[in-house]
This record gives sequence, structure tokens and C-alpha cells, in this order.
Amino acid sequence: MPTLSLMPPEFSVARDDNKCIKCLACVRQCGFDAQKYDAEDDRLYTIDANCVNCQRCVSICPAGALTIYKNPPPMRPNAHWTEGHLRNIVKQAETGGVLLTGMGNDQPFPTYFDRLLLNASQVTNPSIDPLREPMELRTYLGSRTEPVSREERKDKTKTPLVPIETPIMFSAMSYGSISHEAFESLARAAKAFGTLFNTGEGGLPADLYQYADHAVVQVASGRFGVHAGYLNAGRVIEIKIGQGAKPGIGGHLPGEKITAPVAATRMIPEGTDALSSAPHHDIYSIEDLKQLIFTLKEATRYQKPVSVKISAVHNVAAIASGIARAGADIIAIDGFRGGTGAAPTMIRDHVGIPIELAIAAVDQRLREEGIRNQVSLVAAGGFRSSADVVKAIALGADAVYIATAALIALGCHLCQKCYTGKCSWGIATQDPYRSRRLNPEIGAERLYNLLRGWSHEIKEMLGGMGINSIESLRGNRLHLQGVGLNEVELKLLGVKHAGEAM
Amino acid sequence: MLREGEYRIPSGCAISGFINKDGRRVNGSAIIQSIALMQERSNGLGGGFAAYGIYPEYQDYYALHLLFEDKLSRNQVEELIKDNFYIEAEDRIPTRHVRSIGKAPLLWRYFVTPRLSKIEESQETEADFMTRLVMRINDSVNGAYVVSSGKNMGAFKGVGYPEDIGEFFRLDEYQAYSWIAHGRFPTNTPGWWGGAHPFTLLDWSVVHNGEISSYGANRRFLEMYGYKMTLQTDTEVVAYAIDLLVRRHNLPLELAARVLAAPFWQEIDRLPAAERDLYTRLRVVYGSLLMNGPFSIIVGFSGGIMALNDRIKLRPLVAGSHAATLYVASEEAAIREICPDVERVWYPQGGEPVIGRLEEEAQCRLSA
Repeated sequence: MPTLSLMPPEFSVARDDNKCIKCLACVRQCGFDAQKYDAEDDRLYTIDANCVNCQRCVSICPAGALTIYKNPPPMRPNAHWTEGHLRNIVKQAETGGVLLTGMGNDQPFPTYFDRLLLNASQVTNPSIDPLREPMELRTYLGSRTEPVSREERKDKTKTPLVPIETPIMFSAMSYGSISHEAFESLARAAKAFGTLFNTGEGGLPADLYQYADHAVVQVASGRFGVHAGYLNAGRVIEIKIGQGAKPGIGGHLPGEKITAPVAATRMIPEGTDALSSAPHHDIYSIEDLKQLIFTLKEATRYQKPVSVKISAVHNVAAIASGIARAGADIIAIDGFRGGTGAAPTMIRDHVGIPIELAIAAVDQRLREEGIRNQVSLVAAGGFRSSADVVKAIALGADAVYIATAALIALGCHLCQKCYTGKCSWGIATQDPYRSRRLNPEIGAERLYNLLRGWSHEIKEMLGGMGINSIESLRGNRLHLQGVGLNEVELKLLGVKHAGEAM
Repeated sequence: MLREGEYRIPSGCAISGFINKDGRRVNGSAIIQSIALMQERSNGLGGGFAAYGIYPEYQDYYALHLLFEDKLSRNQVEELIKDNFYIEAEDRIPTRHVRSIGKAPLLWRYFVTPRLSKIEESQETEADFMTRLVMRINDSVNGAYVVSSGKNMGAFKGVGYPEDIGEFFRLDEYQAYSWIAHGRFPTNTPGWWGGAHPFTLLDWSVVHNGEISSYGANRRFLEMYGYKMTLQTDTEVVAYAIDLLVRRHNLPLELAARVLAAPFWQEIDRLPAAERDLYTRLRVVYGSLLMNGPFSIIVGFSGGIMALNDRIKLRPLVAGSHAATLYVASEEAAIREICPDVERVWYPQGGEPVIGRLEEEAQCRLSA
């Protein structure tokens, strides 16, 4: 194992000694040991190689003495051999391992949300002012029975629908991959706003069962933390087949993160690696999936809708159709911008398809088959703003999942080092010294504010379109037009080009 | 110029209608007078009427009103009709020359009954069979369009101010117990006769003032049930939505109105448990049929009419009554114009349907 790295540090930390008051906050706060204090010389210095540019020290420095710079590429710039490729090759030459990364795909693929524009009313149809008129964002998730009559429903195997007060939910992030404080923040905010959070594949900590009515409880291949009480406590059960950041890849939470409380929640020994394989070992076909769906429904007396989460892959429309016919009430589709705590870099950056195309294809396919009403569609994977949410719903989603945006609201600076467990912001770590930096009460408030802000913006955009209820936006692609998209893309998205007559 | 069906045309409009609940049939003069009063709300690019009870001698036959742009399309459609129906009678729809009306298409009507063998072959109900045939003509025969297809009713429409269209179709010579009318203000028009209101399917006819901003959602939902929106017009989706809800899914008209103009969640939340459950299910299941944006509509059907406003009342709608007659219109003046001594006038709330039906005795008498 070579000790000398051929790769210069990616970042440099500059300290302005005129401003620095030597309070040592940066030393205490840096989760990656980049900031050092030499007591003998009373000198502060940095180990640039350790810096991940998480900005914790910069944010916390009371004197504003710190700045982090991106170092120039280690070799002469080359459009083909980019800095990323060079660093990866060197890293692998030094370690021989699979390249790991955290958070979502950061490659410059087209983001279709940015090539879609929204409509607004003018004189033939008035826009509606959300400050004066009711504007409804309530969305029901689940399978819809029809036709409706005054008689009571007789079919007792129909699971109830679940209302959410805004079409935005917190996506799956497991306890273990994120701290208890981050997890609790999500749970509290979901409850306060009347929406749902998702436990991810790590179970639900005992002290958070008070929020279970706002939880989507996930059942992944590892079955971590899955027991009858857990299933019955949640509002929705989600079978996780795939996730956008690593389609076809299982999960791996390293033993260092399996602290005693995580181990207790996951029902595994402390300090062991938590491995969830890519396939569920009882699901090797769509019929097997159907059996698991109905096993879970039986176990919960048909009181919990079952969601199936898949990543957006090439044949996603046909797969979704199969899932709908297998009895799922909700299908969650995670696009290739979806984040994660840890993924092989090559998988994250090169497998899957954009959520915009996936949701358009799935919605269209389900409608062609006349079964769109049998399932709700939840879109996930890289939602950055309320405009992205509105566009996804117009393309056909009932609601969306957000995770990266939620973590950013909690303080995440996208340093992409979640897999190290050293998160300086107290989010992706189990180290109590770091995790207590995140106060769940304040975290919940920040998340609540994010939902509130986005919901207000969605209402404004709806009103501008002359719509006062979110269901009139669902699948309403007439309110979208493409800019700079080719014919195939327009056809797949089911939208016309900007300027074309409606 | 592109015609409707190739792109969408938003429009403003005037609507008026009335029903004599005692079954008394009157000629079309009054409805023409009523809609003519609101000329300001039209722009001469569309007018139309639907009348119920006009063909008592053929009341058991579907009255197909058709427009053809040329002989070729007529031949194609007639072949289809002969294949699928017994034709009891057919003739050119009587018209008179009106100077302000431009060149009219060929206007024909056929009184038909479907061939039983064809219905059996298609494994559908008679109504579904009819529906599919209407859609097929509209969708696949270039230059042909089914104006109406119900029993003992008919729609008459074209490009022009409604009073001229009424004159053109000699509506003063028809007797109906219920009339609805429309003056159109398209903001861009191909000047095509098929694009005027009312829009019909079987016995349903709809006239509409407004622009439905949920059109894309409504349309894609209806397409799942085999409806083909050939004209890309908001009114078309209203007609098909009502057909789906009332005829195919057996919802009472009152509840169907609650789908199109659904109560707000905050109202639903305040209802007693049983009602709350019903209205929640209605919204959840048929949320995609909620008509958003401004509208006031009048729906004509055998034995009645319904008027309905969007739920925040973005378009005008007035109702009035006098003895056994129920009037609905965009403006009170349009009612007073033909019924100066109207007994009661009211402004229905957004989403509150006004429904008038033939009295039982009249219903029996008319169908005897």
C-alpha cells in the first residue's frame, strides 16, 4: 500500500490570521480532521488533504477568518480526461477498491425540469389569487375504487387511502445512515405539516413510534427492523426494490455506524455490517412480489396501503404496469438523480434514467392500459424546488419524495462524504459528538419552513394557471411546454414545444 | 387555417336555456330572443341550440344530425350508417337563407335504430355501441361530424351569431319542452361549424361559457374510458364526463355535479361522517374530472336541464322561475327578456347545481 499519494488535495483552506481569534471552534467542528491546533507553538494549521469542503468550519467561524478554495486540476486541463477521471484513476491505483460516493449523481446530464416551462392564465381564463381564494394541495395516496355509490364499500381487501396536505413527502433515509437527530427532525416536520416521512430500510427507533402515523415504513431486502408492530404502526408500507442512486445494487451500512441504538432498531448485532442485498431473496419474479404485497396486507388486515419503490430504469413503464397489477397501491419511482449515503460512483453516475422521462412514460403506459387510477405515482430523485414538483405532477405524478433538499434544509452542504460517517453537520453520522450539533426541534422547524415555502409557491403557480386544486394539475401536460428539446424528447414527455399552438 | 381538433381554442360566451316542467312544448322563438339579447357576449363565430321533444313521431329512433363538408364524406358516413343501422327516415335538415351566414356545410339527419346483430357482435350495450360509432365518425371520417345523436332531441349549430343560426335552422318551426342556446366568443377560430356549441353525446347536450384549465387532466382521464376528444374543446370534455359519471357509472346527476365542481376539502371536512366519506370518495376517485377554471354550463338531457357554475363562480349564472318553467342564463336580462314577470330570480352559488326535470305526469304523457 503506497503511503505517498500522487494526488494533490482537492481543496485548500485559507485562514486570515488577522481575523482569526484562535477560538479553536474550527478544530472542534471539523469532522474530517482537516483543522489542527499545535498547542506547543500555539499555531493553527490545516491538513488540506482531509478537507471535503463541507463548509462547517467556514460557517461556524465567529471571526469569518476561513475560506476554502478549490485547487486547480492536478494535471493540464483536458476535456476528455477530466479532473474527476484523473482523481478516480489515481485513487483506485492507490487503493484497488470500488470508488464510493455519497449523495446524488453530479454529472452534467440534461435536467429535463430545466427544459420545461409552465403555463399561466391571461384574459380568456383568469388566474386565481391564492391569497383570496382557497387553493387545495391535499392529495390522497392509494388505489382508487370506482365507481362510487352511496352504499358503503363492501370490498374489505381495499386498503384505505392516505391523505397528505401537500404533495411533498420526505423520502427514505434510514436510521443508521442518518443520525437520530436528523431522523427525528424529519418525523416531527412530517407530522406538523400533515405529510409523511419514510423510515428507509433501518426500522423505526422505539422513541419515534409517536410519529408512526406519519411514517412510510420500509421493507427492504435486509428486513432490518421489520416486525408486526412496525408494520402496523406505519401509515403506509413500502417495499423497496430499488433506489435511484444505485439501481440493481443493494445497501451496505458499515459496522462502525451500527451503534447500540441502531443495532437495536435494526435487530442485528452491534458493530456488524448491515448488508441488504440487491434482490429480496423471496422475490425473483413479479408473482413473488405480488405474494409479498399481499402478505404485508394480510399482516396489517388490509389497513395499510402498500407502496413499491423502484428505480427509474430502461423498461420502467412495463415494470410499473406489472407492479400495479400485482396489487400495489402506490408506485414510487426514483430517478437517477436520487441521493444516497453510499453508492459505487460508477453506478450512481451511469445507471438509470431521469425521473422526468420515467414518470411521463409510466403515467402514459398506465393510462393506455386504463389502470392509472389503481395506483398513485410518487416521483423521487433530485427535486430541487417547488417548480420541479409542479412539473413532475403535470407530467403525471401524484406526489413527490424529497430527500437531498430536506438534508440541505438541515444543513447538508453536499460534500458527498456521507459514507465516511464523519458528517460535520451531524446528519450522516452516528457519532454523538457530531450528531448533537443538530437540534431536532430546530431541524423540524427548518424542514417545516421548506415545505411551507414550497407549498406557497405551488399555490401561486397553480393560481397562475387558473387552477385551484392540485388534482387538476396531475397529468395535465398542457401546462408544460418544452424548450430546446428534440422531437423524441417532446414525444416521450408528451409536451409541445414552447410557442406551438395548444 | 387549422381547425378545432388540431389545436385548442379558448372562448368566452353566452348561455341561456329553459324547461317547461309541465311538458308544454313551445317553438324556438323565445330562446332565440333570449340569447340574442346577450349579443355582446358573442362575436359572430358560433351559435347553437339544442331542443328536447322535437321529434315525437320518431321518438324511438336515434336522430343523427350530421354535417358534411363534401359528398365524399357523406358517402363514407352513409355507408357506415347503413352497415350499422336500420334507417327509418332521412332528409336534409331544413334551412332558410340568411344573409349573414356564410356557406354552410351539407346538413343531414337520419332517424335510425342500431342493427341488433351489430350490437351483439360488438358485445356492448346499445348506448356504448352508439357512442363508439359517433366517436368513430368524428375521429376517422374527414369532413364529417355528428352534431347530435340522441332520441327525440336535436342540436343545431353553426358559424354566426346565434339569432342568425336560429333563423337559418328555422327553429321557429320546431316545438320543444326544453331549449338551450349558446352564443360563442372564440378568441381564435377556424370558422368551422362543428366547433360551435352545443356539444352532444347521445341525449346529453352541453353549452358552456368559460375555459377549463384542467382540460389536459380531464381529457387524459376520459381517454382511459375510450372517449376520443376530437375537437379539443373544453365543452366536449364536460359532455363526456357527464356521460361517464351518470350513464356508465350510475351516479345521480346531483352527485355528478359535485364531481365537476367539487366542494372544497374544508367544506367536506365539516360534513357529517357518512356524507364526508361519500364526498371524499367522489373527490379521490374522480379528482381528475374536477373542472377547474371558469365555467358556467347548461346541460340538456331527456326530461330535464342542469345549470352549473364553477366552484368559485368565475362566470355568471342566473336562474329564474315562473309557474312550471325554469330559466337559466348568463344574465338576468336574458331571462326577463322572455319572461318579464318572472316570479323568482336567484344567483346559484359556485358548484351548486340548478336542476329542472319534467314533472312525472308530463314525462308519462311525452313518452306515451
